[in-house]
Amino acid sequence: MVMTQREEPDAAPRARSHRLLTIILCAVAAFSGLFGLDATWAANAAPEEAKSTNIQITYVEEERDRLAPLSLLDFRPPTVGFDGAKLAVNDNNTTGRFLNQSFTLDKVSSAMPEELIEKVVAQAKSGIGFFVVDASADTLLALSDALKGLPAVIFNAGASEEYLREENCRNNVKHTAASDTMLTDALIQYLAWKQWRKLVLVIGPKPEDKLYAEALRRSVKRYGLNLLEEKEFVYEAGSRRSDGGYEQVQKQIPSFTQKFPEHDVLLVADVANQFGDYLPARTWKSRVVAGTHGLYPTTWHPASELWGATQFQNRFQRLSGRTMKQLDYAAWMAVRSIGEAATRAGSGDPKQLIEYMLSEKFELAAFKGQKLTYRPWNAQLRQPIFVALPRIHVSVSPQQGFLHQVTVLDTLGTDKPETKCTAFQ
Amino acid sequence: MKSATQIIAACILVAGVLCAASPPAQAYRAFISNEKDNTISVIDTDTLKVIETMKVGQRPRGVLLSKDGAWLLICTSDDNHIEVYDAKTYEFIKNLPSGPDPELMELHPSGNPLYVANEDDNIVTVVDIQEGRVLSEIQVGVEPEGMAVSPDGKYVVNTSETTNMAHIIDSQSHKTVANILVDNRPRVARFTSDGKQLWVSAEIGGTVTIIDVESKEPIQKIAFDIPGITAEAIQPVGIAINKEGTKAFVALGPANRVAVIDAKTYKVEKYILVGQRVWNLSFTPDEKYLMTTNGVSNDVTVIDVAKQRGYKSIAVGRYPWGIVITNE
Repeated sequence: MVMTQREEPDAAPRARSHRLLTIILCAVAAFSGLFGLDATWAANAAPEEAKSTNIQITYVEEERDRLAPLSLLDFRPPTVGFDGAKLAVNDNNTTGRFLNQSFTLDKVSSAMPEELIEKVVAQAKSGIGFFVVDASADTLLALSDALKGLPAVIFNAGASEEYLREENCRNNVKHTAASDTMLTDALIQYLAWKQWRKLVLVIGPKPEDKLYAEALRRSVKRYGLNLLEEKEFVYEAGSRRSDGGYEQVQKQIPSFTQKFPEHDVLLVADVANQFGDYLPARTWKSRVVAGTHGLYPTTWHPASELWGATQFQNRFQRLSGRTMKQLDYAAWMAVRSIGEAATRAGSGDPKQLIEYMLSEKFELAAFKGQKLTYRPWNAQLRQPIFVALPRIHVSVSPQQGFLHQVTVLDTLGTDKPETKCTAFQ
Repeated sequence: MKSATQIIAACILVAGVLCAASPPAQAYRAFISNEKDNTISVIDTDTLKVIETMKVGQRPRGVLLSKDGAWLLICTSDDNHIEVYDAKTYEFIKNLPSGPDPELMELHPSGNPLYVANEDDNIVTVVDIQEGRVLSEIQVGVEPEGMAVSPDGKYVVNTSETTNMAHIIDSQSHKTVANILVDNRPRVARFTSDGKQLWVSAEIGGTVTIIDVESKEPIQKIAFDIPGITAEAIQPVGIAINKEGTKAFVALGPANRVAVIDAKTYKVEKYILVGQRVWNLSFTPDEKYLMTTNGVSNDVTVIDVAKQRGYKSIAVGRYPWGIVITNE
């Protein structure tokens, strides 16, 4: 079933009083006369007359069956991702008001990939150029192939699979979600900085766990740490909840981890979130657990107040009534990228904006203390990554001392000389 | 009839004043807001020592003195108001309404009203500081930050961090007369003393844009390049331009440097090493010293302006943020 819902632009916060409303109206009236001047500065390509430009963006969600997470705290909010896009559309509209640009957000969702793709293609054919996508890697690839030749771009906000940026990269896909290797490099850099060099690894049985483990192995090798042993954690996904059961877990985990050689950190790859939370504080030896659980790398942390993030977190909290997740942040960055390109290029034309985003002029401010740019060879957004515990961040990678000839952000993830992506050449 | 003692006392007083006035002993006081400590450090600019630590409200950031020098105004951001203290006795006087999360503020040259950037609400609040009431709210871009008022009082300027604009507002009508796009995350806006130029720093963009006030067009963009420092670490925030309009000093955040700029040719002449994450800076009124707030190293660097180098570091509270220096 396809579901569509339309979000009207909601640029101005709710009018605080009639007086404020009057001020806004006066201000808007004043801007219209001066628009030409500002737009000329925004870009030479800006229209001469004060013609309003509307930029349509669609949020695309593939509904998937997911196993329930271990913790009651980890249930997926129904509007995760979409809320981030909504906030960015509001932010874009507040800016757009001064430049006569407006942004609208649509949502398309389906559990059936074919139906989802059909709907998106129809929208692209009707002239919509921007799709922020939360879908499985397979669906994302099928969607990008279906959009081939159309003036449309996909922002991958949800899939971290490395191969989407590498051998299966597509020139109509940008990635605001971090790749697996960006995340694992961020974590392993921190372990290297701590001199916690002896590692063991527990891997879940799912294919995505294997991919994450692969990324961990690569990072461990890249930063010269030692992976001494790996072990698969076999489990039958059963009912999540049973009254009690902790007694068994409390006994199982120590014996499972008992035979590992002497190590500093126990790494865990449990992307499906089915057992990782059972490891911290239950291992045979008192060791740090890191990876998908315990100390984990993440593009966003709900408690970050670094680099002016407080207001950003507040705005999101007011809009959604909850804290921000990685998917919200990735969707926000995607929609803000579009807004930033529209502001600077003074245009609403998808083709021009896509070109602008790939140019060296593009830069995004996203509460990470430095400008973010897209890697020209695979359209992956570069970004600092938090190394965190659930309640507060511990550090931010890249760590001090890891150098790079282009930007230190390229110490995170597959770098240009090693890339297998050829779509942008 | 005056007694002999009174005459003697008067003589001593006169001598004392004469002595105090002899150079270089003119002592001003610098007020530094410590964001994390909820305190204000008061520094004597003669002895360069902290002479008082004032306990104030939560998360003090922007600080300002009233035009007559009597009041110290502090944006206590997490208390959602502005606190007013006696600038000489350091006693609390009153709170002013400010709108939510006040960050930076500027007074009209006449001494009233006060313009406050409300970072969390996309507005600039206009406050009568005598009567203590909100006169107006002006809609601006996302995350209002920097505030400036032109020396003639005609224009109020606000920068919005996520909209990336300098909004020029008519101080009479409160209408926005120009919205000028600058680089990413604009922070501080400063007019030159002749009011002809407006300088705006862009923290993430790594640049300073100079705007011609009459035409309201950007005329120059200054970029920075420091050997051995990554481009990402160069994050311009605070700007101080001397009265003569010949030299500008720009604080470069985590680059831990202050750039010295020839304000006529716009050439960067030098980078002065200061403490870590330098954000705001202010001249002493005689322009002998320039003092910077260094958020990560918890200190203030005193720059000898003539020699263009750091002269002294003064330890203050945690996360020093804003600075204002008395005129006398």
